[in-house]
Amino acid sequence: MLEIKDINVYYGAIHALKGVSLTVNDGELVSLVGANGAGKTTVLHTISGLLRTTTGEILLDGINLQKVPASSIIRMGLAHVPEGRHIFSRMSVEENLRMGAYIINDAKQINDNLERVYHHFPRLKERTRQLGGTLSGGEQQMLATGRALMTNPKILLMDEPSMGLSPILVNEIFSIIQQLHASGITILLVEQNAKKALAVADRAYVLETGKISMSGSAGTLAEDDRVRKAYLGA
Amino acid sequence: MSTFLQTLFVGLRLGSIYALVALGYTMVYGIIRLINFAHGDFIMVGGYTMIFTTPVMIALELPIWASVVFAILVCAIVGMSTELIAYRPVRKKGTSMSALITAIAVSLFLENLAQAIPQIGPNPKVANQIFSAGGIRIVDVTLDWTTMLTIGISVVVMVVLYQFTQKTRIGRAMRCVSEDKSASILMGINVNRTIVLTFAIGSGLAAIAALMYMAQYPKVYTTMGALLGLKAFVAAVLGGIGVIPGAMLGGFVIGLVESFTTSYVSSSMADTFVFLILIIVLILKPAGILGKNMGEKV
Repeated sequence: MLEIKDINVYYGAIHALKGVSLTVNDGELVSLVGANGAGKTTVLHTISGLLRTTTGEILLDGINLQKVPASSIIRMGLAHVPEGRHIFSRMSVEENLRMGAYIINDAKQINDNLERVYHHFPRLKERTRQLGGTLSGGEQQMLATGRALMTNPKILLMDEPSMGLSPILVNEIFSIIQQLHASGITILLVEQNAKKALAVADRAYVLETGKISMSGSAGTLAEDDRVRKAYLGA
Repeated sequence: MSTFLQTLFVGLRLGSIYALVALGYTMVYGIIRLINFAHGDFIMVGGYTMIFTTPVMIALELPIWASVVFAILVCAIVGMSTELIAYRPVRKKGTSMSALITAIAVSLFLENLAQAIPQIGPNPKVANQIFSAGGIRIVDVTLDWTTMLTIGISVVVMVVLYQFTQKTRIGRAMRCVSEDKSASILMGINVNRTIVLTFAIGSGLAAIAALMYMAQYPKVYTTMGALLGLKAFVAAVLGGIGVIPGAMLGGFVIGLVESFTTSYVSSSMADTFVFLILIIVLILKPAGILGKNMGEKV
């Protein structure tokens, strides 16, 4: 479904991604793990068009995403839950969700999607009128995830969904990710919590200072000595 | 009592004009965090457009105020061009300081360009009577049509604008872009187009303000927008810059302070009081009366 081929990305003079290649197949949950500053978020920003590559290709079902304007990428069936949630704090929960369906014009379809999101996240339904900025961190993460689901995306990019959450909420968020995966959504998950990320994923990639250093099935990587030492604290 | 009522109406009329201009400042600031110093000069552009289209109105036997339609169009085009030609390229490359300097440059450019055009020149032009004279008497105060229409039109415009930002797709997109540009892109919002549209609306409001200003002070000159723009900017800051209801409230506060000071203290003290109030409010509430200093959750 998603194919990244040998991309190079620069932040000014900084060479942030050095020939990164990765693939996400239909229906897979793929985790991208690595230390702070390895370039995980950069990978997702580049897929979403917030950053552009200097060389390399990003293909979504064969369409070259680099030729698509950033604000049209969501129309290709790709939704992105950004790091730090980025919800609209001065809008209500429901307004936030409706903004997720900004590209949809059919009111009925929007309402159906809204119901589906509320079904996934009953806690959001209890707070439809509350302002986004007044939600707790976990609720904001649910809102950001729900907002991304409002277009029925084929593939979901999730950036550090567990960041800053309590251990109980981390478990809750990961079980939501598993549910979404089970319902057939393809997911590319970026996480610092490598243990959790490897536990839920089908396959995984390890990113180190802008390069993919290891890849394979999530189970194999979780057993790998280097991964265990560097990311799992064993 | 009659002095009080008269002063109140004058204040509300003045406040309506300030509020409309303040909305232009606040909308642009809200969306790109830029104080558009050229905004006051858009009023001048609107004023001259009306002066030059008035003969057309007379020839077509339309009311003179209908020339505001042309003024809105011209102002919207000037506003959008300013964004496209001057602000966007600077925003891409430079800092907020270079954008601010560009705004001052655009302001000076518009004022001097107007003077250089032979049909405009340095001498003020007198406008036709815009609204019909006369009015109605309430108790022992005469309320003229100009005052009533100025207040009425501006209140309608403000209500429509507010509903527009709350209820329409484009309005919601504007609020999103003003809060978080990258999240807006992820939602599929075309950020650049939304910014251009904000300039069009803000500048169009300046044209309506020009109509009201000329209805009261029928004189148009190239620097007419300078002081008016400055006071409207103060109104926007006072109300809480970036917040639409704040601009409206700020406009009325400034208008009322000015008219009551003129009436009961001295006309030469009016501006002093306006700025005094600004300083006091900013000491007590740095983000303005309705300004939001919302802490960000991580």
